[in-house]
Amino acid sequence: MAKHTLSVLVEDKPGVLARIAGLFSRRGFNIESLAVGPTEHPEISRMTIVVNVESSPLEQVTKQLNKLVEVIKIVELDPNSSVNRELVLVKVGATADNRSQVLDVVQLFRAKVIDVSSDAITMQIVGNVDKIGDFLRVLEPFGIRELVQSGMVAIGRGPRSISERSKPIAVPVAPPAG
Amino acid sequence: MTEQQGSGDTITGAQSLVRSLEAAGVTDIFGIPGGAILPAYDPLMDSSIRHILVRHEQGAGHAAQGYAAASGRVGVCMATSGPGATNLVTPLADAHMDSVPMVAVTGQVGAAMIGTDAFQEADIRGITMPITKHNFLVTDPAEIPTKIAEAFHLASTGRPGPVLVDVAKSALQASTTFDWPRELNLPGYRPVTRPHAKQIREAARLLLESRKPVLYVGGGTIRSGASKELMILAELTGIPVVTTLMARGAFPDSHPQHLGMPGMHGTVAAVAALQKSDLIVSLGARFDDRVTGNLDSFAPGAKVIHADIDPAEIGKNRHADVPIVGDVREVLIDLITTIRTEYDAGNSGDYEGWVAFCAGVKKQYPLGYETPAGGALAPQYVIERLGLLSGPETIYTAGVGQHQMWAAHFVRYERPNTWLNSGGLGTMGYAVPAAMGAKVAMPDQTVWAIDGDGCFQMTNQELATCAINDIPIKVAVINNESLGMVRQWQTLFYNERYSNTDLHSKRIPDFVKLADAYGCVGLACESPGDVDATIQKAMEINDVPVVVDFRVHRDAMVWPMVAAGTSNDEIKYARDLAPQFDEDDL
Repeated sequence: MAKHTLSVLVEDKPGVLARIAGLFSRRGFNIESLAVGPTEHPEISRMTIVVNVESSPLEQVTKQLNKLVEVIKIVELDPNSSVNRELVLVKVGATADNRSQVLDVVQLFRAKVIDVSSDAITMQIVGNVDKIGDFLRVLEPFGIRELVQSGMVAIGRGPRSISERSKPIAVPVAPPAG
Repeated sequence: MTEQQGSGDTITGAQSLVRSLEAAGVTDIFGIPGGAILPAYDPLMDSSIRHILVRHEQGAGHAAQGYAAASGRVGVCMATSGPGATNLVTPLADAHMDSVPMVAVTGQVGAAMIGTDAFQEADIRGITMPITKHNFLVTDPAEIPTKIAEAFHLASTGRPGPVLVDVAKSALQASTTFDWPRELNLPGYRPVTRPHAKQIREAARLLLESRKPVLYVGGGTIRSGASKELMILAELTGIPVVTTLMARGAFPDSHPQHLGMPGMHGTVAAVAALQKSDLIVSLGARFDDRVTGNLDSFAPGAKVIHADIDPAEIGKNRHADVPIVGDVREVLIDLITTIRTEYDAGNSGDYEGWVAFCAGVKKQYPLGYETPAGGALAPQYVIERLGLLSGPETIYTAGVGQHQMWAAHFVRYERPNTWLNSGGLGTMGYAVPAAMGAKVAMPDQTVWAIDGDGCFQMTNQELATCAINDIPIKVAVINNESLGMVRQWQTLFYNERYSNTDLHSKRIPDFVKLADAYGCVGLACESPGDVDATIQKAMEINDVPVVVDFRVHRDAMVWPMVAAGTSNDEIKYARDLAPQFDEDDL
């Protein structure tokens, strides 16, 4: 089993997320992470989907995804030539006694404090899976009270864009019958 | 955006819907009105479209399927929201599995009510997402023409399939204008129909190199209308042909190269040919489990050329050495050109020994059946006679089970689109409403539904629709008073413990009376000597539907058979009888 990161360009239409999630579940493919958001084109959304599959089921995943009418394009991102990031918001216990230790960790990982109260600190960190894992491990002893994590987003390195649009081909319709 | 053409007059969404269906070329709709779709039924009254009022929405769905499968045109059904729409689920799933071009129009509760658990509300778009090629929920009346145009385009192009358009009642009631689109903008939908030249050359090379090739013909060959081209390729090369359950009729049964149907209940020759081949040329087939049996031991020595319009089918179950994405007809046209050039240059295939082997197996293990003792009626005999007397111009539909397998084998098909059945989903109850749809599409052809007594009792309410609307179908009920196929498995694998397969249908209901009650002619037949006369009598009645209760003996079994999950090498010609092949002939 290996992780694969798929960038999927879809039409921004109601129900498209349900179609994709439903496809993964009914074909028995496991989604590890999913992030959806707008792109530079208002009518197109981009999903970053991390799947954990063998390479031959991966081909089935992409072929089945491609059959969805609202899926425009699928690109598998090569980890060596792409950048991926996740966002984590985490709340740990910190009193006046150990607050400075927590702040050291924040600095070390170039994280950011976003809220402080008398006995807790809330931080945000952006990074790849490894960095976030390390950060959370170091915070563990302080007591993680709450944690929320985004899906991964990823983009290829270099000048090319996967969402550069080829001109859509319009399908002519027969004039009204009768 | 899409350019449009229309009158610009202010009309209702319902009028726009009916005009859109007319514009899409619809001439017949099968449906039932109800609350949410009610606004559409008012303008439908003034339309040129013939609406056939069915008795159950499932009947409307299968009728649309039969209509489409018999004619190649898009079948259309209509239902209201909630239960009306959910009753279409089975036919939609069926059409999705068997790639039937079909559009279902359903009413939905008013836009403001959606999501409130309103009366007769069901999220039919959500429910049918996995069983349609695509579906739409329309709440803006201005979108109706475009969505209808898109639905027909999607249903009928690429790999055909069912498309559902769910229209909110509020959109049907609102004022709008009718603007039929001139073009559609579907950026994510670009089916590939033209095969890649390099793949065609590679396929031709493999074909000429192979010594034991088989043309494995699937339902895609029928959907693409490629029978003529298939014949040209087959006769040019002399390669043996097998036609799957979905492809019966794509290649004439009378042709000497035809080995019959492969699979779990395939002919010995068709199964053996695939198992022992060195090259399978798959044309619009999908290596379904009922064809391959245990996948690991399926055709172990064969390379595979896999041509299909749906790239996701290629390599899904079996690795393809030469994948070809394209419409089967276009693939065949290109393949014929390339191979003909090779033949003209003196490079022809050498299949002589193989063809002789296949012909030998076919001769040694023909289709057959045992005539029961004591004058009881053999179901296979009934179906065989029916096929011979009614002939190859007839359209045959079937339900699912033993009678379906016998109808696939013992009727001799000579033409495409004359054999309609539920292959992928295996829907009992398909036969009668599908026959109704086929007869509406092809009124000049005789349509026989060959049905089981179990299947018949699932959808026979459509006999009323047929009788009232002058749709004179003929139904042969192969009445073995059992869920026969399940019973066969109980005989073979459950020590003859017949749990819940006895339907008592020689006693209840009385099918002759039932036919009579529905305004049809009911006939019964229980002895072999009366079969021909009964069929003739049924054939002479053309003004009302006919139902014939063929009371057959219940212990007949479908042979040959490959037990589920085992290798196709384990095929049994009859119970405890494995065919012997003289491998030296190869």
